[in-house]
Amino acid sequence: MKFLRNYIDKIKPNFEEGGKLHAFRSLFDGFETFLFVPNETSKSGVNIHDAIDSKRIMSLVVIALVPAMLLGMYNIGLQNAIAAGTVETTTWFSMFLYGLIVMLPKIAVSYIVGLGIEFTVAQWKNEEIHEGFLVSGILIPMIVPVGCPLWILALATAFAVIFAKEVFGGTGMNIVNVALVARAFIFFAYPSVISGDSVWVATESIFGIGSDVTIDGYTCATALQHAVNGLAPMGADNAALTVSDMLFGFMPGSIGETSVIAIAIGAVILLWTGVASWKTMLSVFVGGIAMSLLFQHTLPENPVAQVPFWQHIILGGFCFGAVFMATDPVTSARTEVGKYIYGFGIGAMAILIRVLNPGYPEGMMLAILLMNVTAPFIDYCVVQSNVNARAKRLTKKN
Amino acid sequence: MGLLSKKNKEALNTPLFKENPVTVQVLGICSALAVTSKLEPAIVMGLSVTIIVAMANVIISLIRNTIPNRIRIIVQLVVVATLVTLVSEVLKAFAYDVSVQLSVYIGLIITNCILMGRLEAFAMQNKPWPSFLDGIGNGVGYAMILVIVAFFREFFGSGALLGIQIIPQSLYDAGYLNNGLMLMTPAAFILIACIVWYQRAKDKSLQEN
Repeated sequence: MKFLRNYIDKIKPNFEEGGKLHAFRSLFDGFETFLFVPNETSKSGVNIHDAIDSKRIMSLVVIALVPAMLLGMYNIGLQNAIAAGTVETTTWFSMFLYGLIVMLPKIAVSYIVGLGIEFTVAQWKNEEIHEGFLVSGILIPMIVPVGCPLWILALATAFAVIFAKEVFGGTGMNIVNVALVARAFIFFAYPSVISGDSVWVATESIFGIGSDVTIDGYTCATALQHAVNGLAPMGADNAALTVSDMLFGFMPGSIGETSVIAIAIGAVILLWTGVASWKTMLSVFVGGIAMSLLFQHTLPENPVAQVPFWQHIILGGFCFGAVFMATDPVTSARTEVGKYIYGFGIGAMAILIRVLNPGYPEGMMLAILLMNVTAPFIDYCVVQSNVNARAKRLTKKN
Repeated sequence: MGLLSKKNKEALNTPLFKENPVTVQVLGICSALAVTSKLEPAIVMGLSVTIIVAMANVIISLIRNTIPNRIRIIVQLVVVATLVTLVSEVLKAFAYDVSVQLSVYIGLIITNCILMGRLEAFAMQNKPWPSFLDGIGNGVGYAMILVIVAFFREFFGSGALLGIQIIPQSLYDAGYLNNGLMLMTPAAFILIACIVWYQRAKDKSLQEN
């Protein structure tokens, strides 16, 4: 640590005004404050600073995402092996290695494009670098199917960073979740790479790792897609999924969303460190369960409504959205009562879209985006009702 | 006063950029969203609006001193409605396909705020020739934005321009896909926003505080 600090202090003058690397000032600033908490203090008045700053919070979220990412990588390899029929002959390590090779370019593309834009904007506007992309950059590759081409991922990332974040004023000013905007962009612009039944399983070997799926036109839908067609959840080889498959996430789906257990570990980290609000998280689940029970009893004809409520929760992106997306402190409601309403709205809306929209089997993304937009209104109503209640109390006393 | 005196030139020029009806006055947005998914209907729409604004401006300007103030809106509406019907019939006769694509939007030109706005704000106070120039300027300013938006929407949404395939098949074989978002209405919003962004970045006097 000491060595690193000394090294940074040594190269620092290069980046200051008049230094030869001044053009990369924002890049340097970004990395310095990422490695070490800045030791700047307020110049005037009395201020109370929390020891933790936004870069440390971001790092915690990234750490919480790691279990889901590792299991996602393993699952990429596993689904590939199942589809090719080579599960018996493939070791778990080569499955993981295959997933790693598939996943790494996606993460790299997302970070290079997103951070590239952020660094450019910071340099151009002469501002400090915004660190908000640390989390979005890892979220974006985790919420797309494994078959999503890199150029589309790059385009979606650029779109999301520019139109969902920078035009609103950068980190902390965005109204809707940046990673979800990237996904929504792909969903509306290139529906064929994010829905349907040919993008959820990797079918080609890379550098001799993994297996080539030899069946021509191999297709495999997600569990929710099967539910739309009135079928039970099935895996890549059309065998029925067991409950443990669903919990561990050994099924086709977007890369990071499948494993409930890995997401639960992330949730524990987020709740234990106090980064995410348990109120939002809990009420998303309550909303989802309430809505699916309601539909189960009112719509006996609808195949998706007849999916048991616990399957609604553990299939698709419900858990991932509830833990990592709904709790985003920037875009969620900020009042304590508002968090319950906001979370309940997400859970209920997600199931509503799943059940009643015949075109698209998953509703979590659109539900969260919708509630993101509604969050300021919820906060306004909560604050206003509190103001009214206190005004009433005051007038009563007089 | 010369035909293109300084004042007349201004009537023609300002609506093109500084007072653009779409990006600065934010008028006519509805049709700008609806007809711009392809370049051809956008051009026809822009032309129709230009002709109608210019003609309506001239007619209203000619009779501006005889219109009783209290019923002026109705008189303006009659003039515009007549012109819109004429244009609509001409399109049906000579460009039936485009007329079908534009469907109700030609008829809805009558509700386009640019028209009533120019008649009220300019033609009622000015002579026919400046009114004509003002009409042309506003029409072209509107058409310009439509064409820019439609260009990007058709190029990225369908890989074509004016119905002719521009992006080669070999690129599609290599994995390129048309951007479906561009064919949806929100894309027009985003593109218009980009034009507004560009314009205000160029001309600081347009920025609000």
